[in-house]
Amino acid sequence: MKITFDWLKDHLKTNLKEKNLLDQLTNIGLEVESVESPSTENDLFKVAKIIKTQKHPNADRLKICDVNVGQKKLIKVVCGAANAKVGLITIYAPPGAIIPKTKTKLVEAKIRGVTSYGMLCSESELNLSDESDGITELSEKYEKSIGKSYFLKSKSNLIDLSITPNRPDCLGVRGIARDLAASGFGKLVNLKKKKLKSKKKQTLKIKINREKNQGCTAFGSCLITNVKNTESPQWLKDKLISVGQKPISAIVDVTNFVMLDINRPMHAYDADKIAKGIIVRNSKSGEEFKALDNKNYKLESGMCVISDHKGVLGLGGIIGGTRSGTEFNTKNILLESAYFDPRSIRNTAKKLSLDTDAKFRFERGIDPLSIEEGLNKAASLIKKICGGETSKIDIQKNETYKKDTIKFDINLFEKISGVKISTTEMIKILVELGFKVKKNRNNFQLTIPSWRPDITQEVDVVEELIRISGYEKIKTINPIKERTKSTLTQPQKLFHFLQRSIASKGYLEAITWSFTDSNYNDHFKGSNKEIRIVNPISSELGVLRNSIFSNLIMYLNKNLDRGFKDLSIFEIGPIFVGSNPGEQNTVLCGLASGKKSRLSWIDQERILDVFDIKKDVVQTLVEAGYNSEKFYIDNEVPDYYHPGKSGRLFLNEEKKEVAAFFGEIHPGILKKIDIKTESLLGFEIFVDNLKLPKKTLNNQKKKFIASDYQKSERDFAFIIDKNLSSQDLIKTISSINKNLISNIRIFDVYVGDNIPKDKKSIAINVTIQSNEKTLNDVDLENINKLIIKTVENKTGAKIRS
Amino acid sequence: MSDLKKLKEEFLLKLTEKLDLSEINQIKSDLFGKNGLISLQFKKIGSIDETERKKFASELNVVKDELQELINSKINQIQNAEINQKLDKEKIDITLPERSFVRGKIHPVSQTIDEISSIFSEIGFSVEEGPDVENEYNNFTALNTPDNHPARDMHDTFYLDEKKQKLLRTHTSPVQIRTMLKDKPPFKIIAPGRTYRSDSDQTHAPMFHQVEGLHIDKNINMGHLKGCLNYFIKEFFEVDKIKMRFRPSHFPFTEPSAEVDIGYEMKDGKIVIGEGNQWLEILGCGMVHPNVLKNVKVDPKKFQGYAFGIGIDRLAMLKYGINDLRAFFDCDYRWLNHFGFDPLDVPTNYRGLSR
Repeated sequence: MKITFDWLKDHLKTNLKEKNLLDQLTNIGLEVESVESPSTENDLFKVAKIIKTQKHPNADRLKICDVNVGQKKLIKVVCGAANAKVGLITIYAPPGAIIPKTKTKLVEAKIRGVTSYGMLCSESELNLSDESDGITELSEKYEKSIGKSYFLKSKSNLIDLSITPNRPDCLGVRGIARDLAASGFGKLVNLKKKKLKSKKKQTLKIKINREKNQGCTAFGSCLITNVKNTESPQWLKDKLISVGQKPISAIVDVTNFVMLDINRPMHAYDADKIAKGIIVRNSKSGEEFKALDNKNYKLESGMCVISDHKGVLGLGGIIGGTRSGTEFNTKNILLESAYFDPRSIRNTAKKLSLDTDAKFRFERGIDPLSIEEGLNKAASLIKKICGGETSKIDIQKNETYKKDTIKFDINLFEKISGVKISTTEMIKILVELGFKVKKNRNNFQLTIPSWRPDITQEVDVVEELIRISGYEKIKTINPIKERTKSTLTQPQKLFHFLQRSIASKGYLEAITWSFTDSNYNDHFKGSNKEIRIVNPISSELGVLRNSIFSNLIMYLNKNLDRGFKDLSIFEIGPIFVGSNPGEQNTVLCGLASGKKSRLSWIDQERILDVFDIKKDVVQTLVEAGYNSEKFYIDNEVPDYYHPGKSGRLFLNEEKKEVAAFFGEIHPGILKKIDIKTESLLGFEIFVDNLKLPKKTLNNQKKKFIASDYQKSERDFAFIIDKNLSSQDLIKTISSINKNLISNIRIFDVYVGDNIPKDKKSIAINVTIQSNEKTLNDVDLENINKLIIKTVENKTGAKIRS
Repeated sequence: MSDLKKLKEEFLLKLTEKLDLSEINQIKSDLFGKNGLISLQFKKIGSIDETERKKFASELNVVKDELQELINSKINQIQNAEINQKLDKEKIDITLPERSFVRGKIHPVSQTIDEISSIFSEIGFSVEEGPDVENEYNNFTALNTPDNHPARDMHDTFYLDEKKQKLLRTHTSPVQIRTMLKDKPPFKIIAPGRTYRSDSDQTHAPMFHQVEGLHIDKNINMGHLKGCLNYFIKEFFEVDKIKMRFRPSHFPFTEPSAEVDIGYEMKDGKIVIGEGNQWLEILGCGMVHPNVLKNVKVDPKKFQGYAFGIGIDRLAMLKYGINDLRAFFDCDYRWLNHFGFDPLDVPTNYRGLSR
């Protein structure tokens, strides 16, 4: 909402300065977004006329215009607007001018080889309207202003307020003045209500259809005959320009003025173009009309339309139609001032994707009692400027507005705000805001002003009181440092532990979008189904990610393109398995690429392999408190892993929920997404699948057992089936005697000469130690034999001699 | 001159020569070997006249000690020289680079979330979470934002179905709803997490992070809200003084509502939080609307309290001088490395939030 202090003073008597005003506006919740001085910069924008145009030699869409800017010489300006034609009066900005919308300073520039000395501006570039299609078109009346500054010198700064959606009343200058007055910033000027005096009846018949869900409850109108629509007088033009509006014609300007002044949107019809009378009704499916934005709209059923006997004239409270619009030659006009239901306005506008100033106001709620005031004000102004005769005001109603009342418990104010103010002070504030207050012993009986649809219950009154008396009155009560519940749950602790654990292994943490490119997602979605976003910001971010790999690989690739090698990155966050709330899992996902010890003077460089990534996964899980001796690993993995060089890890042999996948990313995918690295390994740890250990780490630590008896080591070499996993071999040995066998290490794996083709040789080092005694040679020999016998029996292996 | 003295002089002289280890060992055995000259002298002690014996023995011991010490020190010297010579040969260029290492980093948003949790932990808040995909009810309706409410326009929502029933949460506030439906009051929680809105430009990303705060109890008023936020801001920015301004605003789910600005000034092109005379908006808050409490079956006549929502990314930007929001999610290796934190830097209260 744009205002000036000058306009405010029409409604507010005050001696205070603008500086105080800005602070006070913000203090009462009417946030000042920006203040623009009407600086001399705007003087540079001149009224100008295009005298000659020719096609740009190097660009089809550009024209070179010779422009009269009031100087002897014509100025050459390159312009791309379709409406730039000979004879058009428009607005010219010379080099040095600062374009209000973009805040960029114009310079003399060559455009495709032709120098442009400034530019011709669109309304949007000048912040006059949102119209960015083509350059500004001024009426012929501006002919005599050529060379003069377009913007009039205004004394008052332009103050842009951010009005919250609950305050429609502050979309009018008077509403803002009322709030300011209540807060002690001056006095609200009491306006004499000008009533139209007329004996003439409004002869155009108006009817609101009585039907279900009719969005219009009241339709006020006034017929003004024999007007001469003209340009607005200077004071009105100045007023509109001072808040960034573009004057059009007196009739339009007056309705705009009334809307800005008291937030009463109105509409003016050319009465001669209305066939017989007006019917306010619900639209029928398929009805069409051309709106004032020059677009055709096809309506669904049930939209509130203003129609005549020929068809739709406009969408009530949203936009008028071209068929009945006023022009300079309009003779008789019908002024509309109606009440439209916010819900109906919102539904219609949403369905048609229409956003207009009127819609913005009606959907927030217009004062239902302002219908007559608006008509009086607008009609008398039009009569004054354009002459003519006004009719009596006609108001058709389907419903009569009833004022709401609420009972307000006086003590509630202090209970909620923590602030004490006197009852007298409360009453003063409420009365100045327009409430009618009847004081009882402990409560007020309040009648809510018709312009405050936001106030429906007691707490809304608390807000009014604290807002106007000032938030700075709220005391700061320091918090008590006390904790009754632990801050994090066990799963949350695990999340944070895993995050830092993997980072400590050289992985950089990334945070990427929860959505991704479906082309990438397809590679990694596994058995999950694709989840589409109905309205993505771009097709590259069109689906929720089924895996973190899609984004991670895309970004890793970007970094490789930047020339970085041997990168490891990870992300911990959600993946989505369905489109319902909760159908998501937390995954710790990482990628490692390239080589170890690249270009090292001391170490042999080597390509990263699956056992590097396996180490990171296992170590992280071990650090998090899981026992790696219980881990069970097989190679059933999703199809985005290399089928031979990857694994699936369970926390134990029960194989209930997958704890992690790890391995080389499938070479086929690397090829498809064209990623160039010596190696690419990935892992996914499914955080939600990690069963929390029954005992906390704290409990596990309590019992400490260490054997002081001598330990012995024995080496074995077995020849076993190639398909037998070393995991089975180790598990077989460790299960022989958990009390004596304390450590098993594989120190060699051999396939080749001297070994049958379908076999491999595995060399194992076993540590044997007892908690009870030092083992003698006989004991050791026995366990040796037992190991060999058990392994041979259970796995079909042969000890290598 | 006695024999003993002569012996001593003779060997002292010998030992001044330049000798190698074997020569010294030879001397050692000449003197102290089984039949060494000194050893022989000791054997003589018994046959010496009793009156002379004590004196002789004591003189002999002195000579023995002196020679022995000299020999040992000579041996030591030579051995040291030999070691030094060997070590000298082993000398390397120690300025050659160490074996390569890689450093992982924690993303500044994660670090900031940990900092925030650590601060609120001190004053008794616990951490709650909710899903990224929400239903329309939890995200809007339950939060007193019915379908026809214009405030919905301020949330550019990503939808997952045509009926607009399933969406990506536009704020962390639905966690309030979930928490209150799940448990009984009092409530004292924060809920950090991902949030989504379908706009994207220099200052907006389609995904960002928020932390929600909720404190509901019997007599929690706006003074508690002010105190809590004042404490948080001071702790977070690790400054002694903070200028804070509460100003009236509007959110459908709180009433009264406030936006909070903090004071700052520009120093050398950088934002310095604290005193200063400019204002920066950092969060929205207010007293939880009675309609919201009713929606989650909490009696607003008995319980009341506050809620707030803070943009985490923005806090991180302000604290760590990061200019571009989009860079948080661009995953540029250089950026992550520069703004990331060492995994061992876990924010705690006793060590301080940051180094």
